[in-house]
Amino acid sequence: MKELSLNILDITYNSIKANAEKIEISISESISANLIQIEIKDNGHGMDHELLEKVTDPFVTTRTTRKVGLGIPLFKQSAEDTDGKFSISSKIGEGTAVYASFRLDHLDRAPIGDISSTMVSLIQANDQIHFIYRHSTDSGEFVLDTDDLHAQLGDVPLSEPAVLSWIGEYIKENLEDIQGGKI
Amino acid sequence: MKSLAELQAIKEKMQNKVNLRASEDDNTVRVVVGMATCGIAAGARPVLNAFLKEIEDRHLGNVICTQTGCIGICQYEPVVEVITPDGTKTTYVKMNEDKVAKVVTEHIVNNKVVQDFTIGAYQK
Ligand SMILES: Nc1ncnc2c1ncn2[C@@H]1O[C@H](COP(=O)(O)OP(=O)(O)OP(=O)(O)O)[C@@H](O)[C@H]1O
Ligand SMILES: [Mg+2]
Repeated sequence: MKELSLNILDITYNSIKANAEKIEISISESISANLIQIEIKDNGHGMDHELLEKVTDPFVTTRTTRKVGLGIPLFKQSAEDTDGKFSISSKIGEGTAVYASFRLDHLDRAPIGDISSTMVSLIQANDQIHFIYRHSTDSGEFVLDTDDLHAQLGDVPLSEPAVLSWIGEYIKENLEDIQGGKI
Repeated sequence: MKSLAELQAIKEKMQNKVNLRASEDDNTVRVVVGMATCGIAAGARPVLNAFLKEIEDRHLGNVICTQTGCIGICQYEPVVEVITPDGTKTTYVKMNEDKVAKVVTEHIVNNKVVQDFTIGAYQK
Protein backbone atom coordinates (compact mmCIF):
# COMPACT_ATOMS: atom_id res chain seq x y z
CA MET A 1 0.00 0.00 0.00
CA LYS A 2 1.21 3.51 -0.82
CA GLU A 3 0.15 4.95 2.54
CA LEU A 4 -0.18 3.54 6.05
CA SER A 5 -3.59 5.23 6.14
CA LEU A 6 -4.67 2.81 3.39
CA ASN A 7 -3.57 -0.17 5.50
CA ILE A 8 -5.55 1.30 8.38
CA LEU A 9 -8.62 1.61 6.17
CA ASP A 10 -8.27 -1.96 4.99
CA ILE A 11 -7.64 -3.48 8.43
CA THR A 12 -10.56 -1.54 9.90
CA TYR A 13 -12.90 -2.97 7.25
CA ASN A 14 -12.12 -6.36 8.77
CA SER A 15 -13.48 -4.99 12.07
CA ILE A 16 -16.60 -3.70 10.33
CA LYS A 17 -17.08 -7.09 8.65
CA ALA A 18 -16.77 -8.71 12.08
CA ASN A 19 -19.82 -6.66 13.16
CA ALA A 20 -17.92 -4.50 15.61
CA GLU A 21 -19.98 -1.83 17.34
CA LYS A 22 -16.98 -0.01 18.67
CA ILE A 23 -13.64 0.48 16.91
CA GLU A 24 -10.65 2.31 18.32
CA ILE A 25 -7.96 3.50 15.95
CA SER A 26 -4.82 4.82 17.60
CA ILE A 27 -1.86 6.31 15.83
CA SER A 28 1.20 7.62 17.52
CA GLU A 29 4.08 9.14 15.64
CA SER A 30 7.18 10.35 17.36
CA ILE A 31 10.17 11.79 15.62
CA SER A 32 12.09 11.86 18.90
CA ALA A 33 11.44 8.15 19.43
CA ASN A 34 11.88 7.43 15.70
CA LEU A 35 8.70 5.37 15.85
CA ILE A 36 5.20 5.12 14.44
CA GLN A 37 2.70 2.88 16.22
CA ILE A 38 -0.73 1.94 14.95
CA GLU A 39 -3.40 -0.03 16.76
CA ILE A 40 -6.87 -1.01 15.57
CA LYS A 41 -9.04 -2.55 18.24
CA ASP A 42 -12.61 -3.76 17.84
CA ASN A 43 -15.33 -5.53 19.77
CA GLY A 44 -16.44 -7.64 16.81
CA HIS A 45 -16.99 -11.40 16.74
CA GLY A 46 -13.30 -12.23 16.96
CA MET A 47 -11.38 -15.24 15.67
CA ASP A 48 -10.77 -18.64 17.15
CA HIS A 49 -7.28 -19.80 17.94
CA GLU A 50 -6.88 -21.78 14.77
CA LEU A 51 -7.83 -18.94 12.41
CA LEU A 52 -5.77 -16.45 14.41
CA GLU A 53 -2.67 -18.61 13.97
CA LYS A 54 -3.18 -18.59 10.23
CA VAL A 55 -4.31 -15.08 9.32
CA THR A 56 -0.84 -13.68 8.84
CA ASP A 57 -0.29 -16.29 6.16
CA PRO A 58 -1.36 -14.84 2.79
CA PHE A 59 -3.27 -17.99 1.86
CA VAL A 60 -5.97 -17.67 4.45
CA THR A 61 -9.27 -15.91 4.03
CA THR A 62 -12.88 -16.63 4.91
CA ARG A 63 -13.93 -14.82 1.78
CA THR A 64 -15.43 -16.77 -1.06
CA THR A 65 -14.53 -14.61 -4.06
CA ARG A 66 -10.85 -15.51 -3.90
CA LYS A 67 -8.69 -17.81 -1.85
CA VAL A 68 -6.06 -15.45 -0.58
CA GLY A 69 -6.59 -12.94 2.24
CA LEU A 70 -4.23 -10.06 1.71
CA GLY A 71 -5.05 -7.36 4.22
CA ILE A 72 -3.32 -8.68 7.33
CA PRO A 73 -0.24 -10.13 5.59
CA LEU A 74 0.32 -6.82 3.78
CA PHE A 75 0.11 -4.79 6.98
CA LYS A 76 2.44 -7.18 8.78
CA GLN A 77 4.96 -7.07 6.00
CA SER A 78 4.91 -3.30 5.75
CA ALA A 79 5.79 -3.12 9.46
CA GLU A 80 8.47 -5.80 9.35
CA ASP A 81 10.05 -4.24 6.26
CA THR A 82 10.91 -1.22 8.42
CA ASP A 83 12.30 -3.28 11.33
CA GLY A 84 8.96 -2.75 13.08
CA LYS A 85 6.77 -5.20 14.95
CA PHE A 86 3.39 -6.70 14.24
CA SER A 87 0.97 -8.48 16.50
CA ILE A 88 -2.63 -9.54 16.49
CA SER A 89 -4.76 -10.86 19.32
CA SER A 90 -8.33 -11.96 19.24
CA LYS A 91 -10.95 -13.69 21.29
CA ILE A 92 -14.22 -15.16 20.05
CA GLY A 93 -17.11 -12.99 21.17
CA GLU A 94 -14.81 -10.28 22.54
CA GLY A 95 -12.95 -8.74 19.67
CA THR A 96 -9.65 -8.26 17.95
CA ALA A 97 -6.65 -5.97 18.28
CA VAL A 98 -4.10 -5.46 15.53
CA TYR A 99 -0.86 -3.65 16.31
CA ALA A 100 1.96 -2.57 14.02
CA SER A 101 5.01 -0.41 14.58
CA PHE A 102 7.36 1.19 12.09
CA ARG A 103 10.83 2.63 12.30
CA LEU A 104 10.10 6.18 11.28
CA ASP A 105 13.32 6.89 9.42
CA HIS A 106 13.42 3.58 7.54
CA LEU A 107 13.71 4.04 3.78
CA ASP A 108 11.00 1.49 3.06
CA ARG A 109 8.41 3.07 5.33
CA ALA A 110 5.31 4.35 3.55
CA PRO A 111 4.05 7.80 4.55
CA ILE A 112 1.14 7.96 6.99
CA GLY A 113 -0.87 9.66 4.26
CA ASP A 114 -4.41 10.92 4.18
CA ILE A 115 -5.91 9.83 7.50
CA SER A 116 -8.77 12.27 7.09
CA SER A 117 -10.01 10.44 3.95
CA THR A 118 -9.60 7.12 5.71
CA MET A 119 -11.78 8.22 8.63
CA VAL A 120 -14.41 9.75 6.35
CA SER A 121 -14.54 6.51 4.33
CA LEU A 122 -14.93 4.41 7.47
CA ILE A 123 -17.66 6.58 8.96
CA GLN A 124 -19.44 6.57 5.61
CA ALA A 125 -19.20 2.78 5.47
CA ASN A 126 -21.15 2.45 8.69
CA ASP A 127 -22.25 5.51 10.60
CA GLN A 128 -23.71 3.45 13.44
CA ILE A 129 -20.31 2.27 14.63
CA HIS A 130 -18.76 4.05 17.56
CA PHE A 131 -15.34 5.14 16.29
CA ILE A 132 -12.67 6.57 18.52
CA TYR A 133 -9.67 7.88 16.63
CA ARG A 134 -6.64 9.03 18.60
CA HIS A 135 -3.59 10.58 17.04
CA SER A 136 -0.60 11.71 19.00
CA THR A 137 2.64 13.39 17.99
CA ASP A 138 5.56 14.96 19.82
CA SER A 139 3.52 18.16 20.00
CA GLY A 140 0.13 16.95 21.17
CA GLU A 141 -2.85 14.66 20.84
CA PHE A 142 -6.09 14.82 18.88
CA VAL A 143 -9.10 12.62 19.63
CA LEU A 144 -12.20 12.22 17.50
CA ASP A 145 -15.02 10.31 19.18
CA THR A 146 -18.12 9.82 17.03
CA ASP A 147 -20.27 9.90 20.18
CA ASP A 148 -19.32 13.57 20.56
CA LEU A 149 -20.46 14.19 16.98
CA HIS A 150 -23.80 12.44 17.58
CA ALA A 151 -24.30 14.54 20.70
CA GLN A 152 -24.17 17.69 18.54
CA LEU A 153 -26.09 16.32 15.59
CA GLY A 154 -29.01 14.55 17.22
CA ASP A 155 -30.95 12.70 14.52
CA VAL A 156 -28.82 13.91 11.63
CA PRO A 157 -26.72 10.95 10.50
CA LEU A 158 -22.93 11.14 10.25
CA SER A 159 -23.19 9.83 6.69
CA GLU A 160 -24.96 13.03 5.56
CA PRO A 161 -22.61 14.46 2.87
CA ALA A 162 -22.33 17.88 4.52
CA VAL A 163 -21.44 16.23 7.83
CA LEU A 164 -18.86 13.94 6.25
CA SER A 165 -17.06 16.79 4.56
CA TRP A 166 -17.11 18.77 7.80
CA ILE A 167 -15.54 15.79 9.61
CA GLY A 168 -12.84 15.58 6.93
CA GLU A 169 -11.91 19.23 7.35
CA TYR A 170 -12.09 19.00 11.14
CA ILE A 171 -9.59 16.15 11.18
CA LYS A 172 -7.26 17.93 8.77
CA GLU A 173 -7.24 21.11 10.86
CA ASN A 174 -6.62 19.29 14.10
CA LEU A 175 -3.82 17.19 12.62
CA GLU A 176 -2.26 20.34 11.26
CA ASP A 177 -2.39 21.74 14.77
CA ILE A 178 -0.36 18.86 16.23
CA GLN A 179 1.81 18.54 13.12
CA GLY A 180 0.36 15.08 12.60
CA GLY A 181 0.22 12.88 9.52
CA LYS A 182 2.94 14.79 7.69
CA ILE A 183 5.57 12.12 7.71
CA MET B 1 -10.18 26.39 14.11
CA LYS B 2 -13.30 24.34 13.66
CA SER B 3 -15.27 23.48 16.77
CA LEU B 4 -17.78 20.70 17.33
CA ALA B 5 -20.44 23.34 17.95
CA GLU B 6 -20.43 24.09 14.21
CA LEU B 7 -22.29 20.81 13.76
CA GLN B 8 -25.28 22.51 15.37
CA ALA B 9 -25.51 24.81 12.37
CA ILE B 10 -25.36 21.86 9.96
CA LYS B 11 -28.03 20.14 12.00
CA GLU B 12 -30.37 23.12 11.81
CA LYS B 13 -29.86 23.45 8.07
CA MET B 14 -30.63 19.76 7.63
CA GLN B 15 -33.75 19.87 9.74
CA ASN B 16 -35.12 22.71 7.65
CA LYS B 17 -34.94 20.53 4.59
CA VAL B 18 -38.18 18.62 4.28
CA ASN B 19 -36.56 15.68 2.63
CA LEU B 20 -33.55 15.01 4.82
CA ARG B 21 -31.87 12.30 2.88
CA ALA B 22 -32.93 10.37 -0.14
CA SER B 23 -34.93 7.70 1.52
CA GLU B 24 -35.11 4.97 -1.05
CA ASP B 25 -37.77 5.62 -3.59
CA ASP B 26 -38.37 5.31 -7.32
CA ASN B 27 -35.72 7.89 -8.10
CA THR B 28 -32.84 6.43 -6.20
CA VAL B 29 -29.56 5.89 -7.97
CA ARG B 30 -27.19 3.59 -6.12
CA VAL B 31 -23.45 3.88 -6.37
CA VAL B 32 -21.52 0.92 -4.97
CA VAL B 33 -17.75 1.20 -4.53
CA GLY B 34 -15.63 -1.93 -4.04
CA MET B 35 -13.42 -1.37 -0.98
CA ALA B 36 -11.65 -4.69 -0.38
CA THR B 37 -7.85 -4.86 -0.11
CA CYS B 38 -7.47 -5.14 -3.89
CA GLY B 39 -9.70 -2.09 -4.45
CA ILE B 40 -8.00 0.03 -1.80
CA ALA B 41 -4.54 -0.78 -3.14
CA ALA B 42 -5.68 0.22 -6.64
CA GLY B 43 -7.09 3.60 -5.54
CA ALA B 44 -10.68 3.04 -4.39
CA ARG B 45 -10.48 5.52 -1.51
CA PRO B 46 -10.08 8.67 -3.66
CA VAL B 47 -12.78 7.31 -5.97
CA LEU B 48 -15.20 6.91 -3.06
CA ASN B 49 -14.35 10.34 -1.70
CA ALA B 50 -14.79 11.91 -5.15
CA PHE B 51 -18.33 10.47 -5.35
CA LEU B 52 -19.12 11.80 -1.87
CA LYS B 53 -17.87 15.23 -2.86
CA GLU B 54 -19.87 15.29 -6.11
CA ILE B 55 -23.01 14.22 -4.25
CA GLU B 56 -22.51 17.03 -1.77
CA ASP B 57 -21.47 19.76 -4.22
CA ARG B 58 -24.27 19.03 -6.66
CA HIS B 59 -26.88 18.30 -4.01
CA LEU B 60 -27.68 14.95 -5.56
CA GLY B 61 -30.30 14.02 -3.00
CA ASN B 62 -31.41 10.93 -4.93
CA VAL B 63 -27.99 9.24 -4.93
CA ILE B 64 -27.05 6.72 -2.27
CA CYS B 65 -23.42 5.69 -2.10
CA THR B 66 -22.48 2.46 -0.40
CA GLN B 67 -19.31 0.45 -0.01
CA THR B 68 -18.83 -3.23 -0.56
CA GLY B 69 -16.08 -5.82 -0.33
CA CYS B 70 -14.44 -7.56 -3.25
CA ILE B 71 -16.59 -7.78 -6.37
CA GLY B 72 -14.33 -10.55 -7.63
CA ILE B 73 -12.60 -8.83 -10.54
CA CYS B 74 -9.47 -7.61 -8.76
CA GLN B 75 -7.59 -6.93 -11.99
CA TYR B 76 -10.15 -4.23 -12.87
CA GLU B 77 -10.12 -2.37 -9.55
CA PRO B 78 -11.16 0.25 -8.58
CA VAL B 79 -14.61 -1.03 -9.53
CA VAL B 80 -17.84 0.93 -9.16
CA GLU B 81 -21.37 -0.22 -9.87
CA VAL B 82 -24.08 2.26 -10.73
CA ILE B 83 -27.64 1.03 -10.38
CA THR B 84 -30.23 3.35 -11.91
CA PRO B 85 -33.88 3.54 -10.81
CA ASP B 86 -34.98 1.09 -13.54
CA GLY B 87 -32.71 -1.54 -11.96
CA THR B 88 -30.03 -1.49 -14.65
CA LYS B 89 -26.57 -2.17 -13.26
CA THR B 90 -23.50 -0.74 -14.98
CA THR B 91 -20.05 -1.88 -13.88
CA TYR B 92 -17.32 0.73 -14.26
CA VAL B 93 -13.72 -0.44 -13.99
CA LYS B 94 -10.28 1.05 -13.40
CA MET B 95 -11.92 4.13 -11.97
CA ASN B 96 -10.20 7.32 -10.87
CA GLU B 97 -11.28 10.79 -9.75
CA ASP B 98 -11.53 12.22 -13.27
CA LYS B 99 -13.67 9.34 -14.39
CA VAL B 100 -15.95 9.87 -11.39
CA ALA B 101 -16.73 13.43 -12.51
CA LYS B 102 -17.67 12.16 -15.96
CA VAL B 103 -19.81 9.28 -14.66
CA VAL B 104 -21.67 11.68 -12.38
CA THR B 105 -22.35 14.23 -15.13
CA GLU B 106 -23.19 11.85 -17.94
CA HIS B 107 -24.67 8.81 -16.25
CA ILE B 108 -26.08 9.88 -12.91
CA VAL B 109 -27.31 13.32 -13.93
CA ASN B 110 -28.03 12.81 -17.65
CA ASN B 111 -28.77 9.08 -17.63
CA LYS B 112 -26.30 8.21 -20.38
CA VAL B 113 -23.92 5.32 -19.66
CA VAL B 114 -20.22 6.17 -20.19
CA GLN B 115 -19.52 3.12 -22.34
CA ASP B 116 -15.75 3.68 -22.54
CA PHE B 117 -15.34 3.12 -18.79
CA THR B 118 -17.48 -0.01 -18.52
CA ILE B 119 -16.14 -3.48 -18.01
CA GLY B 120 -17.47 -4.38 -21.47
CA ALA B 121 -15.14 -1.84 -23.08
CA TYR B 122 -12.11 -3.27 -21.26
CA GLN B 123 -12.89 -6.90 -22.01
CA LYS B 124 -12.97 -6.35 -25.76
N1 LIG C 1 -11.01 -7.78 13.16
C1 LIG C 1 -11.36 -9.02 12.81
N2 LIG C 1 -12.34 -9.70 13.45
C2 LIG C 1 -12.67 -10.96 13.09
N3 LIG C 1 -12.09 -11.65 12.09
C3 LIG C 1 -11.10 -11.04 11.42
C4 LIG C 1 -10.67 -9.71 11.73
N4 LIG C 1 -9.65 -9.39 10.89
C5 LIG C 1 -9.47 -10.44 10.10
N5 LIG C 1 -10.32 -11.45 10.38
C6 LIG C 1 -10.38 -12.75 9.70
O1 LIG C 1 -9.14 -12.97 9.06
C7 LIG C 1 -9.34 -13.19 7.66
C8 LIG C 1 -8.19 -12.62 6.87
O2 LIG C 1 -8.22 -11.17 6.87
P1 LIG C 1 -7.50 -10.38 5.72
O3 LIG C 1 -7.80 -8.93 5.89
O4 LIG C 1 -6.05 -10.75 5.69
O5 LIG C 1 -8.13 -10.92 4.38
P2 LIG C 1 -9.66 -10.77 3.93
O6 LIG C 1 -10.32 -9.64 4.66
O7 LIG C 1 -10.29 -12.11 4.02
O8 LIG C 1 -9.52 -10.38 2.41
P3 LIG C 1 -8.87 -9.01 1.84
O9 LIG C 1 -7.68 -9.45 1.09
O10 LIG C 1 -9.88 -8.33 1.02
O11 LIG C 1 -8.51 -8.17 3.04
C9 LIG C 1 -10.69 -12.56 7.35
O12 LIG C 1 -11.31 -13.19 6.26
C10 LIG C 1 -11.45 -12.78 8.65
O13 LIG C 1 -12.02 -14.08 8.69
MG1 LIG D 1 -9.37 -7.73 4.91
